[in-house]
Amino acid sequence: MPGKPRLTYFNGRGRMEPVRWLLAAAGVEFEEKFLETREQYEKLIKDGDLMFEQVPLVEIDGMKLVQTKAILSYIAGRYNLYGKDLKERALIDMYVEGITDLMQMILMFPLLPPEAKEKNLELIKEKATNRYFPVFEKALKQHGQDFLVGNKFSWADVQLTEAILALEEKIPAVLSAFPQLQAFKTRMTNMPTIKKFLQPGSPRKPPPDEHYVQTVRKILKI
Amino acid sequence: MAGKPKLHYTRGRGKMESIRWLLAAAGVEFEEEFIEKKEDLEKIRNDGSLLFQQVPMVEIDGMKMVQTRAILNYIAGKYNFYGKDLKERAWIDMYVEGTTDLMGMIMIIPFQSADTKDKHLALIIERATTRYFPVYEKALKDHGQDYLVGNKLSWADIHLLEAILMAEECKADILSAFPLLQAFKGRISNVPTIKKFLQPGSKRKPQPDEKYIANVRKIFNF
Repeated sequence: MPGKPRLTYFNGRGRMEPVRWLLAAAGVEFEEKFLETREQYEKLIKDGDLMFEQVPLVEIDGMKLVQTKAILSYIAGRYNLYGKDLKERALIDMYVEGITDLMQMILMFPLLPPEAKEKNLELIKEKATNRYFPVFEKALKQHGQDFLVGNKFSWADVQLTEAILALEEKIPAVLSAFPQLQAFKTRMTNMPTIKKFLQPGSPRKPPPDEHYVQTVRKILKI
Repeated sequence: MAGKPKLHYTRGRGKMESIRWLLAAAGVEFEEEFIEKKEDLEKIRNDGSLLFQQVPMVEIDGMKMVQTRAILNYIAGKYNFYGKDLKERAWIDMYVEGTTDLMGMIMIIPFQSADTKDKHLALIIERATTRYFPVYEKALKDHGQDYLVGNKLSWADIHLLEAILMAEECKADILSAFPLLQAFKGRISNVPTIKKFLQPGSKRKPQPDEKYIANVRKIFNF
């Protein structure tokens, strides 16, 4: 009988945060092992736990899953957050991939030199408001349903909610032109499992600070 | 009744090539509409065909699919290249993410400046031979089967063959330390649909040349 999933990563958001969101949204409790030193990381590699020498690593259902997309797809499928058929899955995949591209910019932001940050923030705002948010605003408006795909809570809704909150941390009024998304955000953040995840004491990690960035740089030697 | 899938991209490999491979391996004939100049891209942006204003875009089964990974997932699922259950799919996803990372490195070589190219190529060869190929060599050794997952041809096998051939274009003897991968390459290349794709006159695209790169830079403004 398998225990709880176990997540191995740095003590911060990074590439593991979407996994924490998805497990939490699915109501699945999990454990975490935090990488604090280079030695710990090298041991994981030496022990053969990391298929491609990289984290995130999620031990779940007897597997040592790596590669964020593989991990998220498995969790989505396992907990019925991946649509009812191939076509719904295709739409969820398209939405998730778009949101991932946007979140990639947020992910990389702390690693930028200080002089590049302001311009990059402008770019993030432009992409969010011109390329990505309009797509989801339109989708919600067109079908008038509570969720993005198939009138049912899915991975796409979780991912979009995470992205909205992450963007708002940097650009507080980012949803000002998107009434559907504002309503969506309210709905999603009030769903019991997500509401719980957004409360203090949950596994949700805070935005990256200098200490976190230094730890990651030290462990990954980047 | 749907017609053949229609691929929208530039007349070269890029992010569309893996999609061409997968459709070809599935024995699915497809059409291509090439973006030869900026106006071609603007046209499909302006007519709302591109969900996030980006290509690849594939018209298939009544959908205008974008986002390479979403497209590949759909084709793999539709044509039974995605394993028999969630766990096999997880393994396929992990393997594919690895080959995606490797091919991603190779794909950007032509876009690098002369002074970084050599260093980048050296990194690719190092990663291929110490991080990626050992994983697939070991997988084949451990189960002794012909295919990576579930004793059946899957997307993981097709993607790995594509990666091997691309890596060999970087260094002809890159598989010298991997006897099982050499055998694998021979086996998968002989699958009838794949053999056909590897012959002259197929939809497989050649390596990018100077002219192609210059045109891509012009069309996409970078």
